[in-house]
Amino acid sequence: MAELSVPTIESFTVTLIVRRFDPENDTEPKWEDFDVEMYGTDRVLDALHKIKWEQDGSLTFRRSCAHGVCGSDAMRINGRNRLACKTLIKDLDISKPIYVEPIKGLPVEKDLIVDMTPFYKAYLEINPFLVATDKPKKERLQSPEDRARYDDTTKCILCAACTSSCPVFWTDGQYFGPAAIVNAHRFIFDSRDENAELRLDILNDKEGVWRCRTTFNCTEACPRGIEVTKAIAEVKQAILRGRA
Amino acid sequence: MAEKVASDDNITYHSFDVLIVGAGGAGMRAAIEAGTDLNVGVVSKLFPTRSHTGAAQGGMAAALANVEEDNWEWHTFDTVKGGDYLVDQDAAEILAKESVQAVIDLENMGLPFNRTPDGKIDQRRFGGHTRDHGKAPVRRSCYAADRTGHMILQTLYQNCVKMGINFFNEFYVLDLVMNDGKPAGVVAYELATGDIHVFQAKSIIFATGGFGKIYKTTSNAHTLTGDGVAIAFRRGIPLEDMEFYQFHPTGLAGLGILLSEAARGEGGILRNSSGERFMERYAPTIKDLAPRDMVARAMANEVREGRGGGPNKDYVFLDLTHLEPAVIDAKLPDITEFARTYLGVEPYTEQIPVFPTAHYAMGGIPTNIKAEVLSDNDTVIPGLYAAGECACVSVHGANRLGTNSLLDINVFGKRAGQYSVEYAKTAIQVPMPENAADDVIAMIAKVRMAKGKEKIAQLRKELQETMDKNAQVFRTEETLNEALEKVQELRKRYENISIQDQGKRFNTDLLEAIELGFLLDLAEVTVIACRERRESRGAHLREDYTERDDKNFMVHSMVYKQEKIEKNTGTNMRIGWKPVVVTNYQPMERKY
Repeated sequence: MAELSVPTIESFTVTLIVRRFDPENDTEPKWEDFDVEMYGTDRVLDALHKIKWEQDGSLTFRRSCAHGVCGSDAMRINGRNRLACKTLIKDLDISKPIYVEPIKGLPVEKDLIVDMTPFYKAYLEINPFLVATDKPKKERLQSPEDRARYDDTTKCILCAACTSSCPVFWTDGQYFGPAAIVNAHRFIFDSRDENAELRLDILNDKEGVWRCRTTFNCTEACPRGIEVTKAIAEVKQAILRGRA
Repeated sequence: MAEKVASDDNITYHSFDVLIVGAGGAGMRAAIEAGTDLNVGVVSKLFPTRSHTGAAQGGMAAALANVEEDNWEWHTFDTVKGGDYLVDQDAAEILAKESVQAVIDLENMGLPFNRTPDGKIDQRRFGGHTRDHGKAPVRRSCYAADRTGHMILQTLYQNCVKMGINFFNEFYVLDLVMNDGKPAGVVAYELATGDIHVFQAKSIIFATGGFGKIYKTTSNAHTLTGDGVAIAFRRGIPLEDMEFYQFHPTGLAGLGILLSEAARGEGGILRNSSGERFMERYAPTIKDLAPRDMVARAMANEVREGRGGGPNKDYVFLDLTHLEPAVIDAKLPDITEFARTYLGVEPYTEQIPVFPTAHYAMGGIPTNIKAEVLSDNDTVIPGLYAAGECACVSVHGANRLGTNSLLDINVFGKRAGQYSVEYAKTAIQVPMPENAADDVIAMIAKVRMAKGKEKIAQLRKELQETMDKNAQVFRTEETLNEALEKVQELRKRYENISIQDQGKRFNTDLLEAIELGFLLDLAEVTVIACRERRESRGAHLREDYTERDDKNFMVHSMVYKQEKIEKNTGTNMRIGWKPVVVTNYQPMERKY
């Protein structure tokens, strides 16, 4: 049995440059530098905690589970949308400072916290719940193939990494955005759901799927590996030809 | 919708028939059951889908018998035996009986369970769940890949949205207002603004989750600081069975991130540094699928006896390399990605370093089978309910079986919803005392302006380190006394804390300080209960009392807060004991 070798990792100093904004004291956002001693296996979230806990308690961000399932800590790290808890320091170029800023296209509340209300509003508008009028005594049956049809889009954790990476959303806050479409997809392609027509109708709106310019930013940003652009394309197809 | 009854400069008042504190699985299941005929509100520290139910992976137990013979009586027996006979058997019976409907409810709400070839809900094996009273593992866990908790949380939230449930998100409840021993409402702090809100309600349900952050190595979220449990305790409600804290066997080594028991349910094997499948020595019949307390202890023992792996020989290995990559991708996609992301290990070809991680509180706020909170062994506090991890019914006894917690939140969350509505329909609102928010306002003012010498993060770190060192898998009178002394020292130092953020908006510096106060209370209760239970049972292993002692300790512990120092504990806590409800199963030796 080969033992796993855990390489001995040296600690090193990393510079984080964080976009700060405190509405109670600042008129506009500013960049602030912090040097922290980190290990390569640490995550960007660990670095933010280290700053908050040892240097500046006022640094403000959301986080909860710290392993990529609760969706609280989406932020822009070196210009890319990622979850701070899933981004390892060693996977970044540490010879340069790490830039951390709030996700774009949503109003900044304080430091890395944004107002998610517009994002949730778009999600709510697509009727994100199963509509089925039958009253089964037991479970509804669904074949493994039918279940697989919408598997990918059930993974969404509503972190907003996709929507806030979308250039269309940056310029047009009315656009539903990828996350809302992903959640519509999850129901449109669920064989048990009876409300596909309504959802397709909602997304056929001028602020719906047709605003998508397939830049694939959303797919690259998704921390859950959802093929977001593909899901949007499937919704477009369903509007044109019905769900298949 | 919420009715605002009055308002002055800083405080907003709200009035509800049923108010639910916490928007995880139990809270939202309660909300769905409570419905919208009455005024129902949900107050949550987090946006609902951020709750830690979403981190649950492996499944939800129910004897559907979709893939092989099974029945609820076997499930009840397994739950009782798994809990080392400290389970209240009337409650376990309800849990097992109502499990089938609980799963059907979720499927009907839209939950995307994995399916059998004929389209039914698929089921898989899990630790401690057996056919016919221990003969062999049984397929009882209903699952959605290894993100069952995520799918439950999403599905419940979706249905709350569908029903128009009224949420107050990122509102942090800091106090339970009692008037003459009866609950009048809660006081909350709005994170975005720093404003105070007073919620009065006829029925109040606590569904605030666990407190894994008393430990350093934990699968729990940063936000799991036991707020609801500590608030209840501060208001005179006893806490039950706090010595029983579950350490999940397979946390990612060094990090504590959970790798589901489903990995072993699907055939994964634990090995020590010489490659031996060591569980064969500890549980010859069901081996790697023994209950969590036994597996965690076996792992810790392997490491202690020098058979651990890695440079410090401080972990063992979870071996999935014999499984088909396609099976891993279909059934365990998330956890294998955790291994890749955080340890750089490829589970197709490499074994994953694992070690037990603090995972789940079996104890908590005492309730009966109607989810009503008790003020002693059997006195109901009318209008106050608790469900989920914050509560102790007790269906988990001394050790919870995997998949029984997602079940617990659904069965007892639903019951809390049901009975709280029934009560609110005829109850008269307990009057909200004048100045109900004064205590919270004073607490916040004190913390916000705190300019002492102690750093919150440092105190929390010391707390978590002493709990890991002294009150983890192995415990003795000596280690527990050391932990107690340390916690008491930290409580003193907590009086001298400092925070840097004096602002009102999203003051998470303040939030962490208040959370630490709750953690200190709960750590102290835990250590006291650990010390006073001088036997070994389930998750509680006393190296100085290694046997289970049914003669003296076949009872639940109940820790009460007192004004004065108690002689028997040396603290301001009193310990009492409560009989276990036994219906069909007399305690037997626990072998697997």
